[in-house]
Amino acid sequence: MLTDITIGQYFPGASLLHRLDPRTKIILLFLFIIDIFVFDTPLSYGLLSLFTVSLIYFSQVPMRMMIKSIKPLWWILLFTFLINLCSVSGEAFAHIWIFALTWEGLRQAVFICLRLILLILLSSLLTFTTSPLALTDALENLMGPFKRLGMPAHELAMMMTIALRFVPTLIEETDKIMKAQKSRGSDFSSGSLLHRVKSLIPILVPLFISAFRRADELAMAMEARCYRGGVGRTQMKALRITTIDYVAYGASLLFACTLVGLKVIGI
Amino acid sequence: MPIEIENVTYTYMPLTPFERTALRNVSLTIEEGSFTAIAGHTGSGKSTLVQHLNGLLHPTTGRVMVDGADLAAKGKAAKNARCCVGMVFQYPEHQLFEETVAADIAFGPKNMELAEDEIDKRVRDAMEFVDLDYEKYHSVSPFQLSGGQMRRVAIAGVVALKPKYLVLDEPTAGLDPQGRERLLKKIVQLHKKEKVTIVFVSHNMDDIARVADQVVFMNQGEMILKDIPQRAFFEEEKLQAAGLSAPQLVKLLKGLRANGLDVETAAFTVEKGVENILAALRRKRNAD
Ligand SMILES: Nc1ncnc2c1ncn2[C@@H]1O[C@H](COP(=O)(O)OP(=O)(O)OP(=O)(O)O)[C@@H](O)[C@H]1O
Ligand SMILES: [Mg+2]
Repeated sequence: MLTDITIGQYFPGASLLHRLDPRTKIILLFLFIIDIFVFDTPLSYGLLSLFTVSLIYFSQVPMRMMIKSIKPLWWILLFTFLINLCSVSGEAFAHIWIFALTWEGLRQAVFICLRLILLILLSSLLTFTTSPLALTDALENLMGPFKRLGMPAHELAMMMTIALRFVPTLIEETDKIMKAQKSRGSDFSSGSLLHRVKSLIPILVPLFISAFRRADELAMAMEARCYRGGVGRTQMKALRITTIDYVAYGASLLFACTLVGLKVIGI
Repeated sequence: MPIEIENVTYTYMPLTPFERTALRNVSLTIEEGSFTAIAGHTGSGKSTLVQHLNGLLHPTTGRVMVDGADLAAKGKAAKNARCCVGMVFQYPEHQLFEETVAADIAFGPKNMELAEDEIDKRVRDAMEFVDLDYEKYHSVSPFQLSGGQMRRVAIAGVVALKPKYLVLDEPTAGLDPQGRERLLKKIVQLHKKEKVTIVFVSHNMDDIARVADQVVFMNQGEMILKDIPQRAFFEEEKLQAAGLSAPQLVKLLKGLRANGLDVETAAFTVEKGVENILAALRRKRNAD
C-alpha cells in the first residue's frame, strides 16, 4: 500500500530522456511550463498534449506509472473542473439547482484540467527519468551563480539529496512499524476518525525516533569522513552537456517559436 | 490444527522495474506444538515467509491456512486466526512507543479489549518471562533502556498477547552471549511449559540445532530442505547451497570421526556431545 507512492520515484532506463543532462531537463521543463500557461488556444493545447504524449513514449516509462502519478491529484482535478464549470458566466446549456452550466465554463474547465494534467505529467517525467542524485546535482549547479549572493547552494542541494535518499528508507520503516503494531492488534483502517488519528501514535512515535536516530548517525558518519560543506569539493561524475542536449534545446525552442507564431497569426 | 503454507509465491512490487520474487512455490506445514527453525542466508526470503503466517503479507499465489482458516479471506475466522499468531519482528525494539515499559507491553492486550486486571496480570507475567523486574522497570521509559533491555520489552509486548503460535524473526541478533542464552532458554520454556508452537528464524546454526525439532532451509526464495535436525545438518550439499554450515559441535564430531575416533555425530547440545565423545573414548579404551 505504501509502496504505491510514485511521487519522486526514479524509473531506471536508457532512453533519450534518461540520457539528457539533468540541467537541460530542468530548464526545458520550465520552458514548457511557461508554454502551457502562455498559449491557451485549442490548437496549442493540442500540440502541447501531443508533444507530452510523445515524450512519455520516448521515455519508455510505462503509461501505467504516468497515470498513477496523476491519481493522488484526482480530487483536485475534479474540484477545479466543477468550480470552473459552474462559475463562468455565458450562454447556459443546463441548470442544476442554483448553478448555470455554460459552454464557456465547460471550455475553461476542460482547459484548466488539461493544463494541470500536462503540468503533472511533465514534472513526473522529470523525476521518473532523472535519478535523485542527478537532480540535486543539477539544482546545485543551476543555483551556482547565486552562491556569490550568499546563497548556500551546496548545502541546500545536500539537504535535498539526503531528504530524497531517506524517502524510501522512511517508507520502508513506516511499513515495518505498521506491520509490527498490526501484529499487536492495532487497527488503522476502521473505527471513528478520532480512533484512527489515535491509532497513528504507535506509528509516528517510533518513526520520529528512528528518523532522529538516523539523522544523528548520518551526521556523525559524515563528520567522521571529514565532510565540511561544499568548499573545494569536486565531483566524481561531473555533469556534461552533449549533442543530444543541444538537439533538445533546439527542438524545444523551435516548438516554442511555432507556438508564438500561431499566437501571432491568431489561430 | 496446524499452520499450512500451500504453494506460496510472493512478489514484491509487481509490475515495476523493482519487481522481485522473494518466495517461490513454498509449501510447509507447521504442526501444533512443534518448534520449527528457518535458516538461510541474507535475502533468502525468511522474513517474507514468516510475515505470511499472520497475514501481514498475502501470497501472490497459493494460500496460508491457520487452524483451517484462509488468512487472505475476509471475515471473523480469518481475523481470529491472525490474532492467534504472535509475531516478533527483526529488531523489535524499534517499535516501542509508549511512555512506560508497562504501558508498551499492555498495548497488545488492550487492543484485545481485555479487562484491566487481566491486562495487569499479563504485563507482570510477560515482564517476568523476559527477566525484567516489574517493580524496577514498569514505570521507566522504554527509551532509557539499553538495546538488549528494549528488545526484551518488545518481546514481552508480544508474549503478553498469549499467542498460540509465536513467530520470532532473529530474536537473538545483536544480543550479548548471555542475553542470547537466556532468551533462548525462555523461548524453549514457553514451548515446553505453555505448549506454544514456535517458529524461529535464525542464522545461528548452533542455536537452531539445540532447540528445533523441524529445520527449514531457504535459498533464494525456495525451500530447499525440510527435515528433522538429526538429518538436516548432515545434508552437506544442501547446506552448501544455502550458504550455511553445520553447527560447530557437529563439525567437531565429524572431524573426530574422520580422524579415527568412532563417535556418534548426531549431537546438538554440548552435554550430548561430551557424552558421545566420552562414550567413544570408553569404547576405544575397552577395545585396546
Ligand atoms: N519491502 C520490500 N520491498 C521490496 N523487496 C523486498 C522487501 N522486503 C524484502 N524484499 C526483498 O525480498 C528478498 C527477501 O527478503 P527477506 O527480508 O525475506 O530476506 P531474509 O531472508 O529475511 O534476509 P535477512 O536474513 O537479511 O533478514 C530480498 O531480496 C529483499 O531484497
Ligand atoms: Mg529477515
